[in-house]
Amino acid sequence: MAEVVGMPAALPVGSVRHKASGWWGMWTVIATEASLFAYLLFSYAYLAVQSHGGWVTEMPKFRIAAPNTVLLIASSLVLYWAETGIRNGRRGRLLFGLALTFAMGAMFAGLQGLEWHNKKFGPSDDAYASTYFITTGFHMAHVVGGLVVIAALFLWGALGKFSAQRHSAVTIGALYWHFVDVVWLAVFVTFYITPYLQAHHG
Amino acid sequence: MLTTTDLKRTPQIIEATYESPTAERLEKIWKSEPGLRGWLSTVDHKAIGKRYLITAFAFLVIGGLEALIMRLQLARPEQHLLTPDQYNHLFTMHGLTMIFLYALPILSGFSNFLWPLLLGSRDMAFPRLNAFSYWVYLFSGIFLYLALLHDRTPDAGWFNYVPYTLRSYDPGQGMDIYALGMVLLGISTTVGSSNFVVKLLRMKAPGLSINRVPIIIWGTLTASVGNLFAVPAVSLAFFLLWTDRNFQTHFFDPAHGGHPLLWQHLFWMFGHPWVYAIVLPAMGIVSDGLPIFCRRPLVGYTMVALSTVLTMFIGFGVWVHHMFATGLPPQSLSFFSAASMVIVLPSAVAVFAWIATIFTGRPVYKTPFYFFAGFVFLFTLGGVSGFMTAAVPVDWQLTDTYFVVAHLHYVLLGINFFPVIAGIYMWFPKFTGRMMSERLGKWNFWTMFIGFNLAFFPMHWLGLAGMPRRIYTYPPGMGWDWSNMAASIGSFLFAFGILLFLINVALSLRRGEIAGPNPWDGSSLEWSTPSPPPSFNFVVIPTIATRHPLWEDRLQEGEGGSRLGQGMLLDNGRETISTNALNGEPEAILKMPGDSITPLLATVTLTAMFVGMLYHWWWLVLASVLASVAVCVAWLWPTAALGQTAGEHHG
Amino acid sequence: MNRLPYAALLCLPATAAMAQADGPMGYLKTFGPAADPAARLNWGLLIISSLVVIIIGVLVLYAALRKRAPVRLDSRGYPPVQPDSGGTSWIYIGTGISTVVLLGCTIWTIMTLSAVAAPHRQPALMLEIIGHQWWWEVRYHGAGKAQVMTSANELHIPVGEPVHIELASDDVIHSFWVPKLGGKTDVIPGQTNFAWLQADKPGVYRGQCGEFCGAQHAHMALFVVAQERPAFDAWFRAQLADAAAPQSGPAVRGREVFAAHCSVCHTVRGAGAAGRLGPDLTHLMSRGTIASGALPNNTGTLHGWIADAQALKPGVRMPRQDLSPEELHAVVDYLQTLQ
Repeated sequence: MAEVVGMPAALPVGSVRHKASGWWGMWTVIATEASLFAYLLFSYAYLAVQSHGGWVTEMPKFRIAAPNTVLLIASSLVLYWAETGIRNGRRGRLLFGLALTFAMGAMFAGLQGLEWHNKKFGPSDDAYASTYFITTGFHMAHVVGGLVVIAALFLWGALGKFSAQRHSAVTIGALYWHFVDVVWLAVFVTFYITPYLQAHHG
Repeated sequence: MLTTTDLKRTPQIIEATYESPTAERLEKIWKSEPGLRGWLSTVDHKAIGKRYLITAFAFLVIGGLEALIMRLQLARPEQHLLTPDQYNHLFTMHGLTMIFLYALPILSGFSNFLWPLLLGSRDMAFPRLNAFSYWVYLFSGIFLYLALLHDRTPDAGWFNYVPYTLRSYDPGQGMDIYALGMVLLGISTTVGSSNFVVKLLRMKAPGLSINRVPIIIWGTLTASVGNLFAVPAVSLAFFLLWTDRNFQTHFFDPAHGGHPLLWQHLFWMFGHPWVYAIVLPAMGIVSDGLPIFCRRPLVGYTMVALSTVLTMFIGFGVWVHHMFATGLPPQSLSFFSAASMVIVLPSAVAVFAWIATIFTGRPVYKTPFYFFAGFVFLFTLGGVSGFMTAAVPVDWQLTDTYFVVAHLHYVLLGINFFPVIAGIYMWFPKFTGRMMSERLGKWNFWTMFIGFNLAFFPMHWLGLAGMPRRIYTYPPGMGWDWSNMAASIGSFLFAFGILLFLINVALSLRRGEIAGPNPWDGSSLEWSTPSPPPSFNFVVIPTIATRHPLWEDRLQEGEGGSRLGQGMLLDNGRETISTNALNGEPEAILKMPGDSITPLLATVTLTAMFVGMLYHWWWLVLASVLASVAVCVAWLWPTAALGQTAGEHHG
Repeated sequence: MNRLPYAALLCLPATAAMAQADGPMGYLKTFGPAADPAARLNWGLLIISSLVVIIIGVLVLYAALRKRAPVRLDSRGYPPVQPDSGGTSWIYIGTGISTVVLLGCTIWTIMTLSAVAAPHRQPALMLEIIGHQWWWEVRYHGAGKAQVMTSANELHIPVGEPVHIELASDDVIHSFWVPKLGGKTDVIPGQTNFAWLQADKPGVYRGQCGEFCGAQHAHMALFVVAQERPAFDAWFRAQLADAAAPQSGPAVRGREVFAAHCSVCHTVRGAGAAGRLGPDLTHLMSRGTIASGALPNNTGTLHGWIADAQALKPGVRMPRQDLSPEELHAVVDYLQTLQ
């Protein structure tokens, strides 16, 4: 109980990979934002149950949403590839990967916008519509935030701020982007898949 | 200038005192710039802590005045001092001011000032974010109260049940101000929680394992983790209310597939954990302070620490007890009723730990001790009235009556306010370098204690006699008259007690006895620093071996002691140490940011966004979003000084 | 600090509790099986809570003030710091006793819940109550759902028989509450809730809205009149009848005034007035109060209420009426024929 810890030899100075405070901070951001989406999906589920049938205004279509989902997941893989690049000091790979991730993310946003445009209902039609637009809207806001993060990382990377040892901003930003991805999967399953499961159960 | 070779460093270990040249050098590194610029850009956690305390107290006084006006109206039946509308505005503002603008920020004030000192560290995990969380709190409080200038304060209670708060029943802008103001305030709460969690995980002194930290650390940590998961529920609820009111969405509108109870679920899923967030740190103040005034360590430290966590955990599973009368099925009511009974148990652990500490200790009859002892009684009283409302069929009578008003004031004032006052008496010397007057302190205690009980104890009777809540007047002949009069008189006496407290603070600031580092002979680390502490807190980073570093020589808790006068220097700019969360092994040297104006700038742009949303000025919303992004990018710009970049030869 | 005054102080409130239990809205003394088991539980928990508070209070005082062996004080006048000297048995014993008590109370609670959640006999009567800002609409169903009788703010029930009540809201959330007969049930738009009452003694029982619903939440009372079966049947038959038209006197003129000014919002069955915004007035004079329990039902209050309801209950949905004194007298005369 009363032993004193040994005094260290050399200690890392500043942000070195997972030893950055910001990395832990990003996990707290993930905890709170994940809770936000959990409450949104709870709202969907609660209102669906309370409606006793007839909740879904229009069965969702996969034509845009399915490829869009694949696109977003792929962008995470690209970002992961970029991050491993800078971990090995490959600045070029980092920059290329960031740019590609940005393009894929922007395309996701654009396609989502197209899907919104094509919907036959608007947010003020009924509660299902409101929930759909607000939830995907919150997700979209997080995607846009993520795009800003990626753009900033690209800018800093281009300015030569990152090296094999010092790139915690990339790790932290990537963590956020992967989180946005996982949230999309939860939103996708809730809004696009569960109505079909319910339809099967009659 | 940090170079790529400075990736690792062996910290220099020296012996130094607060009077040494080393201390002078550290002071130059850590102190804030003088003048207005320094005041606006400081990230010193002690300054921020004091600001939180002062601002929260100001809101307490405002909320208290609102209450006194209501008590004047209710002192006798069928009075017309206030119109129903005025009364409804008052009880709404009173509730939201106390619960949101006082109860948590006051505890943030203590935690901000004390955490780095208690943990042997030089700053919070994210100093700029710390400043930001204060500024957003201040701006959101002003945002909410600016409604007064437009005569558009919210008037539907702090709990805003729909559909009454939807546009068709409540067309004024007050509800929109409340909704948006709360989302803004939620940002402050969330980032503050983030700061505490990461600090605890990363930045304790070497040797400070998790089982050695003071209970206020456990309390604030638990509250912070709880807030991370709970605050989004209410932010979402308010956001959805705002869209229902402004964009005709239908979340709460039964005519189009929405449901009024969705509001209540979201609100109380936040609301119940929140009430633990606003008492657990205060209970920590008692768990750490009472032992000093009983001259012995807290009885059952481990049990108290675990009961803190358990209370918050169970606290996430009882929210429906605010909704017992809404027509939910009996099976689900039984579950929440049982959970609401179970949650009494961790609190019982704490109560008996405190009593045992007093019983086996030797009390020092100073003002803080009076407040601590009185607190145990008030805690118990508030706890049992809560226990009564946990029984569903009894709650069906008690809910929405003055019984609940009595309960909530006993727990909020008893478990938050009384420890806060005790904490100020105890830590005033540390914050300011002066002692508060003992004589005034005792008068303060008795007027507050008697006034409080006179004001709120009769409300139990009022509730049992069937007086509903939130009514601006009541008919005579109900048996409610005498209790209301007593409550009104008591509230004024209690207010007088608060006035005495403020007088004590004002007088002591000027003429209080000068205090040394440890006037109470306390056991924790903050008492090893000067009063008030210098900007850098510790000349050398201490190494901690026990729970009571300053009592080790007398407690004989084992071989090997804490080392306070000898340790790591860490003076290459603003630096402190990062250690392992569980066992306290050093892990990294952290570079800390200095004063910066970006937190205030970010607050301004963020608030501008909310103002734009309120008035539907979408150009302002867009401009402020872009400005906020620019400020954030500037804030997070990787710098070599913070050890975030590849070093000088890359620019 | 003597302990005795403290204990004495606590006895006073106990007596006060007994006294106030008998006020019109108190529920420590109740009058029917929807409320009695909960009242017993309430007393039980109240006694347990009071004992806990007294015991803890005494323990704190004793712990703080008990005589200890004298000891050398340090330079500041404080007793010396002493090592951990046990005391954890307090926690074990205290929490142990609390656990047993809580377990017992939980079981008692669940038993009580099942006793009061629903009637144990077939309900004798079915009612619908609809909450409005700030009055209660009461609808009775006759034999066969077709025959509906609507009233406001006062309901009559037969003594000793359970009454099933369906609760709905026309606007915001209210809460239906008659303390001496049962606990509260919220009235929520978009949802039909159910409550039940039974009065075992004849009498008039007061209720009040139990959920903040706007400006006049404070004045949204209602009365439950429990009558023996024959009296209840007679009342019900009288309520089912349409209003008789007055044949002579100022009431005839009053009926015209009523048709011109009041029938937009109020219904009088048999008089051609079919407004649905305000209470049904067909048998207004059979009720003891007006303005949702805020005022007694007499000539003076009727005059005052009709002339300017806003002055008596600011914010109420009934606007000020611009009637000449002659019209006002006439319409009150007419209303007083609505027995």
